Amino acid sequence: MKTAWQILRYQLRDAARSRWIVAYGLLFLLLTEGLFWFGGGGERVVVSLVNAVLLLIPLVGLLFGALHFYHSRDFMELMLAQPVDRSVLYAGLYGGLALPLTLAFALGVGLPFAWHGGGGAALITLLGVGLALTLVFTGVAFLVALAFEDRAKGMGAALLLWLGAGIIWDGLVLLVVLLFGDFPLERPMLALTFLNPIDLSRVLLLIQLDIAALMGYTGAVFRHFFGSTAGVVAAAVAMLAWTAAPLWLGFRRFRRKDF
Amino acid sequence: MTSAIELAGLKKRFRRLEVLRGVDCRIRSGCVTALVGPNGAGKSTLIKILLGLTRADSGRAVVLGHCLDGSSGYRNQVGYMPQAAHFPENLRGLEVLNMVRSLRGPGHSEDRELLDAFALGPELTKPVRTLSGGNRQKLNAALAFLFRPDLLILDEPTAGLDPIASGILKQQIGAALEAGATILIASHVMSELEELATDIVFLLEGTVRFQGSIAELKATAGEDRLERAVARTMLAGPR
Repeated sequence: MKTAWQILRYQLRDAARSRWIVAYGLLFLLLTEGLFWFGGGGERVVVSLVNAVLLLIPLVGLLFGALHFYHSRDFMELMLAQPVDRSVLYAGLYGGLALPLTLAFALGVGLPFAWHGGGGAALITLLGVGLALTLVFTGVAFLVALAFEDRAKGMGAALLLWLGAGIIWDGLVLLVVLLFGDFPLERPMLALTFLNPIDLSRVLLLIQLDIAALMGYTGAVFRHFFGSTAGVVAAAVAMLAWTAAPLWLGFRRFRRKDF
Repeated sequence: MTSAIELAGLKKRFRRLEVLRGVDCRIRSGCVTALVGPNGAGKSTLIKILLGLTRADSGRAVVLGHCLDGSSGYRNQVGYMPQAAHFPENLRGLEVLNMVRSLRGPGHSEDRELLDAFALGPELTKPVRTLSGGNRQKLNAALAFLFRPDLLILDEPTAGLDPIASGILKQQIGAALEAGATILIASHVMSELEELATDIVFLLEGTVRFQGSIAELKATAGEDRLERAVARTMLAGPR
């Protein structure tokens, strides 16, 4: 436990010196502040932020996560020559990245709300979803970096995953709806939603924000099937599973990795 | 004489490449043992297995009485000096020292001999990535000796060091030996090994071609210099 804390401390210090994390936080700060300037009230700013959160957090989590993992190789070798367990090291590496990313996002979005006021429950949901997406995609990024020894291949795979989950997925869902519109699609659609953490986050946010018009097909199905409360709980549980699975798979690989 | 390291039937394969094909050897504690062999003989892989950085596919490795099974506690007694120093880029030398110190835990009296002798003082306040290769290697050496480990594993220790620094390092190796440490040195510089080591483990194509004292190897090969004896054994091929 003490060792994990030591590793986390040095990782955090390393992250604090990285301009990337600061730039990431500033980006959210400028975006949120800008939306306040142009678009009035807190609730509307939250709604406007939804797409930025759904696309930016996975992108940065994946790319920065994989990059950070490749970058930390020297650190890992130094640590593993010391009396440090691999599980502790993995936890330290993960926390050392997920924590600063979450903090940068929370401050970037939270500070403008703090001085402009507003947001309320919608803001808390947005922050929660941002946290969950950060945890999920940092874990996935580590898994990708472990699967590809070659850095260029790994970064390419991370980018493809983001394109797939963030952009192409929606198109595929639409295609399925178009092609099989004559069949009862509710259950398959529901399953599809659970298979993509970004889609799942979108549904979760839109149910909470109560903007049915923006929910799209999967959102409507989801709400119809679960009703609001049960839907949120199911989505939250699924997000937890999405956080745990890549972490567990990554750790299993890490334990057997040859340096 | 007890052995600090015992290896039995150690095998390791990377994809199609069979790096270790069953390594059996014992390394006496309280001695300096040279680990030699041509490039690609498996020296680095063997060292990484001893440190738990790499896992053997099969076989048994016992280091300082601990059977290697993925646990990390035994490394508290091991000092490692890698071939090329790898440090996290953004950290300063002092932070690296403090970090490792905090991981080693209390109960180590520190041996600051190398830090002082190398006069690293001012260099320690700079980020490690700005240090010259030689200074990084000095930090690397100082770190390996700092906690008075029972077992020192040095991979090409004098590569990149200037003559004065490598002289200081050799002195330190002598001092550690007198203090009772076991030292394993992988190197291609035979004159240096002849000066420091008494025992030798000779790896060739993933197996141990010879192990014993340096004097024995010389006698077996019929040469009076280690370099020639090693070259001759190498040319003779695996047993």
